[in-house]
Amino acid sequence: MAKKEKKKVDGLLKFNRVKPFTNVMISALFIFLALLCFLPALLVLIVSLSSERSVLTIGYSFFPLEWSIKSYTYLFQQGAYIGRAFLNSIFVTVVGTLLGLILCSTMGYALSRPNYRLRKFFSYFILIPMLFSGGLVASYMINAQILGLKNTYWALILPICCSSFYVIIMRTFFQTSVPEAIIESAKIDGARQVRIFTQIVLPISLPSIATIGLFFTFAYWNDWMMAKYYLNTNMQDIFPLQYVLITLENNIDFLSRNSQFMAPGESHNIPTETVRMAMVMVAVVPIACSYPFFQKYFISGLTIGAVKG
Amino acid sequence: MSTAALKPKQKRKTQGTNGSSFDNLEIFLLHLPTTIWYLIFCYAPMFGVVIAFKNYKVRPGKSFLWNLFVNSKWCGLDNFKFLFKSSYFETMLRNTLGYNTIFIILGVLIPVTLAILISQLYSKKLAKVCQTAMFLPHFMSWVVISYFVYAFLATDAGLVNNIAKSLGIGDGKHMWYTDVGFWTWFLVFLNVWKGMGYGMVVYLATISGIDNEMYEAALIDGATKWQQTKYITIPCLRPIISIMFIMSVGSIFRSDFGLFYQATRNSGSLVSITQTIDVYVYKALLERPNINLSSAASFLQSVCGCITIVIANLVVKKIDPDAGMF
Repeated sequence: MAKKEKKKVDGLLKFNRVKPFTNVMISALFIFLALLCFLPALLVLIVSLSSERSVLTIGYSFFPLEWSIKSYTYLFQQGAYIGRAFLNSIFVTVVGTLLGLILCSTMGYALSRPNYRLRKFFSYFILIPMLFSGGLVASYMINAQILGLKNTYWALILPICCSSFYVIIMRTFFQTSVPEAIIESAKIDGARQVRIFTQIVLPISLPSIATIGLFFTFAYWNDWMMAKYYLNTNMQDIFPLQYVLITLENNIDFLSRNSQFMAPGESHNIPTETVRMAMVMVAVVPIACSYPFFQKYFISGLTIGAVKG
Repeated sequence: MSTAALKPKQKRKTQGTNGSSFDNLEIFLLHLPTTIWYLIFCYAPMFGVVIAFKNYKVRPGKSFLWNLFVNSKWCGLDNFKFLFKSSYFETMLRNTLGYNTIFIILGVLIPVTLAILISQLYSKKLAKVCQTAMFLPHFMSWVVISYFVYAFLATDAGLVNNIAKSLGIGDGKHMWYTDVGFWTWFLVFLNVWKGMGYGMVVYLATISGIDNEMYEAALIDGATKWQQTKYITIPCLRPIISIMFIMSVGSIFRSDFGLFYQATRNSGSLVSITQTIDVYVYKALLERPNINLSSAASFLQSVCGCITIVIANLVVKKIDPDAGMF
């Protein structure tokens, strides 16, 4: 593979490259942009690992006076609370992703079948919400007042567990990657649609399932708006991590108030500045460490999604 | 495109198999849950827009529907009149449309330029690493980004103030979160910063799919790099640019709530630039409840958004018949 690529560059295309000087300029530009995107995350990581004294003396800095993992040990001591938020995030992410995959793949499959009679109708059925929506107030009223989702896990999961965009990506995937002949032959063998879908179509479209699954996973992990809309501030038991971060913004005491381990008045010992950043890291690290590996699935999803609907 | 290719088969199919109607039923049952989800979470709210035409009153202990249809009187366009008269209507319309116009233009220009540039790099490895790093902000939520920003802009400990102090510029106590002039442009920067990796990847995927032979042929004809870009790369990118364009124009009345509300830490001094329709709707729904105005703004946003997306699609189709989204 590498050899082939090299051969190609040696060929005609070598003459078609930009001038070496331009290449240096472009490289410099992209290194600058990459740093611009990466350094803020690094800064927060470093702050979370510096000692509280360092932050109080020289502020947030890439070069702290001294290092300390006290913020993380503190978070660990608060296990009951932070751990709960962490588990909530994981629970919502897992359940939401599974549910979202079921909803999107079944609809995508139906729309990908050329001989499905209602195909046209349901194509419009999923297109219309992309064009017109009832808006926040109407959805809020229905979700909170009629469905009674307020202050439940379902409020964090259901309102965002399907999207026309993902359905269209799924449909395109199925259209291109599942040959009609396989389905025909399964039908001749007497398989029903449910069986065809679960035992033939899904296994051969695992890459697409993975792609949409990732979209959902990242969306759920990062979601804070549902929590902001539908959770009351006293429902700490079902706060996801992202929402805990929002509440920390206003009062760091929040943590200490929830601590069963600390005597009152001891709260000034909390490394507040660094604990905040440590919390941010808890929310960021799972994603930052995993997305480089999943990037290629993302890209395939993005490019297919951009294909005409 | 795909419909046309599949048509002959479809015809044969519907005429041929006897079990076809049973088949249809099965497929229908398979996606029934999704259909129900759409009915509840997408279509029901569409009828919920009647709130905008009601003087919504709540009697405690009664259900929402009772309140809406029995307790609240129709008030025609009164809610909209109040909204138009209110002092913040102009601000939020200006902010939403103004920022979105800038975002749409930059959201096409910058990623396309970057994608073309990065495809020219000698070192594919460097390109890959940079692309991965630039993709990072896309995966961060606005809550997390608000903390990133805070680490730089905090008044006491923020990095920017520290550096300014050590360089002797100002007193190092600048209150960034009240600086309207700074945030006016910083919001643009943040939006571009978060979206450029994503946009670049989308266009880059299309660029790498362009047949190399075209460039070779152009090279033999003596085309310069600039001419190749202008006559090969950009025309090849045109369909995807137009789709991205329609999608962003269609959401011109929609603003990124996270950017305007969360990243600015809902700073009171910045209201004049951060009050967009979404921020207003949220505040009027949950912070200082005024359901009537909130629902009116929300309804306007939906209707205007729908009209713009249809018009944008028509315009793009007129220019390039294959490029429309629907």
